[in-house]
Amino acid sequence: MSTRIPLPYSPKVLELFRNPRNAGSMEDATVKATTGSLACGDMIAMYLKIDDAKEVVLKASFESYGCAANIAAASILTEMVKGKTLHEAWNISWKEVSDELGGLPIIKYHCSILAVGALKRAIRKYYRHRGLRPGWLPEKPTKEELQAVEEEKFIERLYGRASEGKLDEGNRSRS
Amino acid sequence: MGSELEKIRGFLRAHGKPEREVYLDLENSGWVPPQVVEAMLPYFNKYGYGHPSITNRRGWEALEALIEAREYIAHSIGARPSELVFTHSGTEANNLAILGAATANKNKGRKILISAVEHYSVMLPANELANHGFKVVQIPVDSEGIVDLEMLASLVDEDTVLVSIQHVNHEIGSIQPLRSIVEIIRDKNKSTIIHTDAVDAYTKISLDVERLGVDLLSLSSHKILGPKGAGALYIREGTKINRILYGALSTQQYWPGVENVPAIVGFHKASHLALEFMEDHVRYMQSLRDKLLEGIIERVDKVLINGPTGNKRVADNVNVSFLYVEGEALTVELSLRGIYVSSGSACTSRILEPSHVLLAIGRKHEEAHGSILFKVSRYHKPSDIDYVLKQLPQAVRRLRFLSPLKT
Repeated sequence: MSTRIPLPYSPKVLELFRNPRNAGSMEDATVKATTGSLACGDMIAMYLKIDDAKEVVLKASFESYGCAANIAAASILTEMVKGKTLHEAWNISWKEVSDELGGLPIIKYHCSILAVGALKRAIRKYYRHRGLRPGWLPEKPTKEELQAVEEEKFIERLYGRASEGKLDEGNRSRS
Repeated sequence: MGSELEKIRGFLRAHGKPEREVYLDLENSGWVPPQVVEAMLPYFNKYGYGHPSITNRRGWEALEALIEAREYIAHSIGARPSELVFTHSGTEANNLAILGAATANKNKGRKILISAVEHYSVMLPANELANHGFKVVQIPVDSEGIVDLEMLASLVDEDTVLVSIQHVNHEIGSIQPLRSIVEIIRDKNKSTIIHTDAVDAYTKISLDVERLGVDLLSLSSHKILGPKGAGALYIREGTKINRILYGALSTQQYWPGVENVPAIVGFHKASHLALEFMEDHVRYMQSLRDKLLEGIIERVDKVLINGPTGNKRVADNVNVSFLYVEGEALTVELSLRGIYVSSGSACTSRILEPSHVLLAIGRKHEEAHGSILFKVSRYHKPSDIDYVLKQLPQAVRRLRFLSPLKT
């Protein structure tokens, strides 16, 4: 099998994996956004119910196709955004998500980046649909959004390389 | 946040010990039967704990155990004891074979052929040689993981110094037609050195180096319910090979340092236990394998069998992709239910790419991500398989429910 390193997950990751909070789609969601892809083996859908007047997240839910860390990151983020203004929600960093989970292993950082990326995409989509752009919402994509795009594109490059049959470890590491 | 140690301890506490446990991760390692442990124990503190190449009684006792093990294991593959070198793992045996044979014979040619589904301990040393003047070419495999024989024939030429093709694939259990492979290679180039990584074949199919006609063959102790820390390389008499490690002389020409005598004693005992009634064990493992495979297909929808079925598949291997489920999550979910397996998913690996074996047989990334590898043994009971078949559909259902990819 592939080269492996141990994954010292925190008890919190296991708890959320076992009993994920806010799992499943949301019938009355105001907005939904997805990051990742089936081919990446990593996909998060984020649903938000938003109070239009106050611009506050009333509730959030998620769906995840991914590893235990992916499920836990998406789940904890739906808890973290509840009751927050969209501005506050926007400012949640992937590091805060990781910390909230008791610290993800380094190679699982991308799971919390993907979750935050999905949240940011949902917030952007919400304002785009309303034809608004608050001052705090940056025009350029953030690191998390860029990384989500990067991950989605990554797979296309992989498919190219796999077909050339050059899958050695040396050229496979990603930062 | 706590140290790594606190984290893993907390994690294990949170995980808990499931009431029923079925260990099926024998690809990656396994338990050691009590008879093997018993055989090893005296060599830690009663006798034979000396250095086998030193002239005192404890050393001679170690030497006796070493010679016994070498004789037994060599004969079990149709080799002479002088043709067997003990290493500390299968990885080391494969590294010695690839690096040692290629560099010692570079006057014969610079081309190395390996199959596209080799273990990393063959693939990565070969790739390393590509940085040192060798040309490495991968031979493609078909959808069952069997080497393309026509392609092989067209690739072997005057410049081919070494060919390495495993006997049984470690992930998908494909049994290569090794005799035909050797004939094809010899027909094209008589001086090409042929290596086979037989760590997943040993004790599951009968091996005879004379009948197979290979020059080098790797074995590993922990793949046959022996202890970790012992492997072996068969080197046909007359095959030129370079050492790859340097150190104090031991009893062995090609491997310096103190032999791991207790592990080698365990390796010997484990071989003996597995080989004594091998045909019965194999038939039994086949019945468990097919029970598991057929049971999964019956109970879970949207699954793909990875690797061949029937006689082309080794007796202990079951590898299935559960579509729309990510394999690492499934290993964790199954672990919580006391079922211990591994996955070829990207998420279980440091490099975040799925198994190269599954990609080589044409699986798409999303199909490889959901793969689970089970290995049965002669110690498993049909009721263990029943337990897996009861838990597995529930585990898959739970994760599919969480997934945005509604099926």
